[in-house]
Amino acid sequence: MDTALQVGTDADPLILDGGEYASRLILGTGGATSLDALERAIRASGAEIVTVALRRVGTHTQGLVALLDRLGLRILPNTAGCYTAADAVRTARMAREAFGTNWIKLEVIGDERTLLPDAVELLAATRTLVDDGYAVFAYTGDDPILARRLADSGVTAVMPAGSPIGSGLGIGNPYHIELIREFIDVPVVLDAGIGTASDAALALELGCDAVLVASAITRAADPAAMAAAMRHAVLGGRLAARAGRIPRRREARRSTANIGIAEW
Amino acid sequence: MITVNGIEQELVGSVAELVAAVTREQRGVAVAINGEVVPRGEWGTCPLADGDTVEILTAAQGG
Repeated sequence: MDTALQVGTDADPLILDGGEYASRLILGTGGATSLDALERAIRASGAEIVTVALRRVGTHTQGLVALLDRLGLRILPNTAGCYTAADAVRTARMAREAFGTNWIKLEVIGDERTLLPDAVELLAATRTLVDDGYAVFAYTGDDPILARRLADSGVTAVMPAGSPIGSGLGIGNPYHIELIREFIDVPVVLDAGIGTASDAALALELGCDAVLVASAITRAADPAAMAAAMRHAVLGGRLAARAGRIPRRREARRSTANIGIAEW
Repeated sequence: MITVNGIEQELVGSVAELVAAVTREQRGVAVAINGEVVPRGEWGTCPLADGDTVEILTAAQGG
């Protein structure tokens, strides 16, 4: 089959923790205005994996798990809101009990203003959880050396931030994202900072295996439309990454040959 | 007295009672007493003591 026809199908799956997924778009559920809006966005996105946070049971938590189960989605619980390795490990243990999964998106935040990760706490929590049998999806910055340390520690995926969570600033340092891809063999999932479809396409073009999008979809004026845009962007980006783009040149290179040109 | 999700209340007989008071769900719910996870199978039998701090957590929307 043509490469073009394979992208986004079973023939070009995203492989995570030994499982295969047709979609390279992971949806963060944070920010949706209602469960109905969330359901429409999930359906339009084609995502098979969604993230959730762990919070005290209350009216704001009603119906979410039932919805995700009804849609047949794989749940990736996160440790959002944790500032220390100890808190993140405790939250991961609660997530495993709640959802019966060893998957954990490990977030250890180091700063309230930027929500950027704390590298030292992140690495400590990663080591504890990997030893404990968790499949760790490590939310990290765009530092290629730290990404290598995380990969060496046995994470399931490295999830570098393109820019701060919810900022919509896109990919601040594409050079580093490309380097992370070159440095490590585990899946790279661009997480955080995506603002619109072109950011998601760029992530795939840079070699990322997938993207995680939350706010850019859930807080868009029309979340379902943006979810569909992201779905197509990810397919386009993946296809472009495999198609072999032309090199950048400083000067023009004519696409029309001069052979047979008329003389006046 | 015990503290459940940040609110003080009378000591009750079991974790299962505490869960049933706040949600009908079991799937997607996890309980910790004093920071230690209580497996679902032990909700009916795990002893509660005066002064315990209980967290009952579930999925919330989050990236």
